[in-house]
Amino acid sequence: MTPRHVAVVGAGPAGLAAAQAALAAGARVTLIDSAEQPGGQYHRMLPDAYAAERPGELHHGWTAFERRRRQVLTHPRCSWLAETSVWALERTGRDRPPRVHLLCDGPVDGSGRTRRTLDVDALVLATGAHDRVLPFPGWQLPGVFTAGAAQALAKGERVVVGDRVVVAGSGPFLLPVAASLLEAGSRVREVLEANTPGTVARGWGRRPWELAAQLGKTAELAEYAAALTRNRVPYRLGRTVVEARGAGRVEEIVTARLRPDWSVIQGTERTVPVDALCVSHGFSPQLELPVAAGCALRDGEFVAVDDEQRTSVPGVFAAGEITGIAGAPAARAEGAVAGWAAAGGSVTDAGPVADAGPVTAAGPVTAAGPVTAAGPDADAGPVADAGPATAGRRTAAGGTRSARALRVLRRSRDQGRAFARRLAQAHPIGTGWPGWLRSDTLVCRCEETDYGALCSAFGSEAESAPRVAKLGTRAGLGPCQARICGPTVAELRARLGGGLQDRPADRPAEGLPTASPHTRPIAQPIRLGELAASPTPPIPTDPPEESSP
Amino acid sequence: MNGTRVVVLGAGIIGAACARELALAGLEVTLLDRGGAAAATTSHGEGNILVSDKGPGPELRLAQLSRRLWPEVLATIADRSPAGRRAVAAAEWDPKGGIVVATTEAGAHGLTEFAAAQRGAEVRAEALTPDALRAAEPFVTDAHTAAVHYPQDAQIQPAGAAAALLTDALAAGATLRTGEEVLAGVARGGRLTGVRTSGGLVEGDVFVNAAGPWSGTLAARLGAPFAVQPRRGDVLVTTPLPPTVFHKVYDADYVGAVGSSEEELQTSAVVESTHAGSVLIGSSRRRVGFDDRLRPEVLSAVAAKALRLFPSLAGVPVMRAYGGFRPYVPDHLPVIGADPRLAGLWHATGHEGAGIGLSVGTGRLLRNLVLDEPAQTDADAFRVDRPAVLATEPLPEAVSAPQAVSAPEPRQQKPTQQKRTQQKPTQQEQEGA
Repeated sequence: MTPRHVAVVGAGPAGLAAAQAALAAGARVTLIDSAEQPGGQYHRMLPDAYAAERPGELHHGWTAFERRRRQVLTHPRCSWLAETSVWALERTGRDRPPRVHLLCDGPVDGSGRTRRTLDVDALVLATGAHDRVLPFPGWQLPGVFTAGAAQALAKGERVVVGDRVVVAGSGPFLLPVAASLLEAGSRVREVLEANTPGTVARGWGRRPWELAAQLGKTAELAEYAAALTRNRVPYRLGRTVVEARGAGRVEEIVTARLRPDWSVIQGTERTVPVDALCVSHGFSPQLELPVAAGCALRDGEFVAVDDEQRTSVPGVFAAGEITGIAGAPAARAEGAVAGWAAAGGSVTDAGPVADAGPVTAAGPVTAAGPVTAAGPDADAGPVADAGPATAGRRTAAGGTRSARALRVLRRSRDQGRAFARRLAQAHPIGTGWPGWLRSDTLVCRCEETDYGALCSAFGSEAESAPRVAKLGTRAGLGPCQARICGPTVAELRARLGGGLQDRPADRPAEGLPTASPHTRPIAQPIRLGELAASPTPPIPTDPPEESSP
Repeated sequence: MNGTRVVVLGAGIIGAACARELALAGLEVTLLDRGGAAAATTSHGEGNILVSDKGPGPELRLAQLSRRLWPEVLATIADRSPAGRRAVAAAEWDPKGGIVVATTEAGAHGLTEFAAAQRGAEVRAEALTPDALRAAEPFVTDAHTAAVHYPQDAQIQPAGAAAALLTDALAAGATLRTGEEVLAGVARGGRLTGVRTSGGLVEGDVFVNAAGPWSGTLAARLGAPFAVQPRRGDVLVTTPLPPTVFHKVYDADYVGAVGSSEEELQTSAVVESTHAGSVLIGSSRRRVGFDDRLRPEVLSAVAAKALRLFPSLAGVPVMRAYGGFRPYVPDHLPVIGADPRLAGLWHATGHEGAGIGLSVGTGRLLRNLVLDEPAQTDADAFRVDRPAVLATEPLPEAVSAPQAVSAPEPRQQKPTQQKRTQQKPTQQEQEGA
């Protein structure tokens, strides 16, 4: 019996857990990530060249991550494709996952990469999220960073973005960012949460028992908060940055108190001298691949998945932040469920997943029983009996244990989803933020489209269709392909009346893609020469030696 | 004709151009679209305004009329209002000219003959020496066998162009209703008197089917099916570059691809820069219905053809691709005029990949026909009752509908003979329900 071949796109917490679970279920796994090392944004690693003595510094759950990474990467049924981009997903038929089109053997901006294709039995998408940043006057100035970029520099390069830094925006992510900056040596002047104490308390305070399930996360946040206290960094609620100023780079910022809807309370403005500003207003899931695969979305914002992390497309699973912003522990649980289901393991029947024991933030699938197949010391031996096809031969005890493990995994995943809902309630984006904008405030930084141009396009009957406004104002046509401004522009359009006539108007004409800020048929840039070359050689569908027992 | 109510079905560039002409003529115009204005085929093309790809004949004459009208129309719109001026600026009109390059001996021969015939039809087609080509396009391949410069070719940002025409139509009194899908026609006494839409009943005296690749489906819903089908195309967009491509440059085999009727993939290189510095690379032609799935091998074939013209673009990143559907008619001519089978129904569709360029001429011609004015170009070749339009197999939609529409009428009827009595309103209203 040929093991099922599962491709996992994204090697962050969700993708790595998916790979591990799929391997444990007996599948052959191809793990793909555009970075040099697994870990994603959460466990961003220093490049090998740094030969860091303590690579785990600034990181949470490092030991567990290290263990999982080793298990997956050294597993005989796992192929690890580092520095590989998925530039397209090609839907070839109704009943199978799309063909994966890869650019291998080089950094994302490299040249002369090899084009390859991959046909698999199941595809797990775990592409994660990036910072959502709302525009404000001056946000394009050098020295203004997304919080994620600042943290990536601190974690991945040990680069300090500035000496006097303010961290502003919304959500618990502000805390680890501030903590990373402090550890890397910056002076953090203050951390500003835009939501008011009332909003935050109501969001988190509702159904407090749900929080108990996220003890790991809570403890982690408490640790960050303690770091702020130790360094005497004030954490202010209901205040944010409404302007950045400076000649050539940010020199000072204007902060102001906000109402619960994020409108500015006049007269509360304060000017603060800084040399760097880090902002994050939450996260945008990276949806281009799910959209390219044809996956249905939930509220137009996240990938819709069922109890086994299946999307609406046969053979395509989704896990992690693309199904809802819930943080690394939830992403790991989702990844494990997705990987297991993708490998053909049934989530309701007994199957060869580990006796996970208590699910910790460290990860739901831990070594025991058949999962040793995923361990570094296992050779090809356990493969045969770890395959899902052989689940029937499993001992009753093993089956019970696995069923229990799965229940635990799914419970952990459900708790993660509950956490995500609370997070969204405690840290919503207020509706009053367009009040920060001036006519000349840039909304699309790539193409330098300002708020005035968008107002004028969305106010015109002839130009307000999303694609027409996009071509007319150029917002979203630049190198980032609307990854940053897309959600902002869509929201402004709805706000400015471009959406008024829309009821069914945004429904696409038959055959044309929905005007979604996430539609990017070419998911990653590909050089014309690379595109012109035929894909060679295709990655074999069957593994060379393990084809049949 | 004052007081005549016109309902234009489809607010793409053809619908906008027709609505503008008819509104300026004093008619009461309503423009309906099931999506947003200019949101479909119009905003998924390249914005070609070409005479270079057309041989002598009626389509070339319509292209020449359109090419004369474009600068005139844009100037009029810009003069009318600040909104018009802004819209025209956003349309990025650029009479940059086209250069057709042959890379084989056979291609050179074909191009030279084609250009000679065009010159006989008042097209400016200037053969370029290798030095002249190098001066005009420094980055084009050395491996060319012939090149012809067409100074009359132009480019426009298509969605912006449609918005400009629409802005002017609205200023002239037309109304736009978007998000409203036509479900069925309402006919009384053999004349189309209304359309039932997702938003209610819209009555009128003249209905113009300007639904592009969907016009076949729409015509079937109105009880007068014909053979307009989608033909898919894909375009690649590079990251912004320093000036590299200065004209609309295309491969001599483009003309062959435009004129072919193959279902399978046809590709040929069409390369040009936009105002923002990105290079647009086309083109492909496939008849695959409304299948919008990305086909990497199609993009790959387009890229390979483009590199044959501009080898130095190999390292340039493609950051985006988009595809659209052209309204295709087997004889490659647009359909413009009254439907002889159903009084009150007119068509302005079937322009395949040339609709942006031909839109203003089409609007003018339709107005001439509706108002019974002397036409500025010959309309006979575009008539609805010609074999390519009516004599093909019925559309799948028409066949599968339980209340199948009646078979096409004999083709000998003249457009002016608008007689039809069989259709009952009730029957039509059931269609598409």
